[in-house]
Amino acid sequence: MNAIQAPELLSADGMAGIIFLIMIAVTLAGGFIAATAERLIRALAGIVICFTGVAGFYYFLNSPFMAMMQILIYVGAICVTISFAIMLAAPEEKRKVGPTNMLSGPIGFMVAALIFGAMAALALRTKWPVLAKTAGGSVREIGIHLLTTYSMVFELISIVLLIAIIGAIVIARGGRT
Amino acid sequence: MALLTIHNYLTTYLVFGAMLFSLGIYGLVTRRTLIGMLIAAELMLAGVSINFMAFNRFLAPDPSIGQIFILFIMAIAAAEAAIGLSIVVAVYRHYKTVDAEDLVNLKG
Repeated sequence: MNAIQAPELLSADGMAGIIFLIMIAVTLAGGFIAATAERLIRALAGIVICFTGVAGFYYFLNSPFMAMMQILIYVGAICVTISFAIMLAAPEEKRKVGPTNMLSGPIGFMVAALIFGAMAALALRTKWPVLAKTAGGSVREIGIHLLTTYSMVFELISIVLLIAIIGAIVIARGGRT
Repeated sequence: MALLTIHNYLTTYLVFGAMLFSLGIYGLVTRRTLIGMLIAAELMLAGVSINFMAFNRFLAPDPSIGQIFILFIMAIAAAEAAIGLSIVVAVYRHYKTVDAEDLVNLKG
């Protein structure tokens, strides 16, 4: 790494910068494995790495609470559910290899590169207006907002989750006696 | 901007979120099984969430609003994964495959 540009490599800020760079590399590698690995279980391992890295990003964005939630919900719940689905419904011996279509690889890459280029250019060229902070964003404030301003959404999301759980049981159980 | 201080800039997170999002799009287009597509969709959701959190940290007046929004996105993603995977299991039980190419009953 370029130690000349960084005046205090071993200070707290320098270490935070190094950790951030390592995190970017690890998260991107995880995402790459998740998108391209031939075996599904390896893609799952890749997305576990990627989600853990994203939790680190949340930590850098002043929000350790969301980092904990990311690890709890994504790594702890969603990835375990996906692993069960892979064990139940994707037997290794029936696996077909190779892309579905000769063109799907290059076209998919082109579309993804185009969207990335457009969004990155937009992010780099726009001058974002910065507003003055009116609150700190602590866990206490999140709790107060959830139970006052956003209580309706909170209730609705609980009902959506309940319906999703019941629906998942009904759909997955159908056809079994 | 020196390489060690890039975590203090909004554009770093925006570009990184776009990177994860386009990786998800690539996976969604090239995957041949339903579970692989679901994994790619989760990757896209992660990119979008990073975007939200970056705007929340750098631009929003009240930083707790964006965190609440991400909490709702996580709940919806969990519901989506549960329903999607149960559909995948049901499809596998019916057709004995989860390959998107073989599910062609409605094809004319």
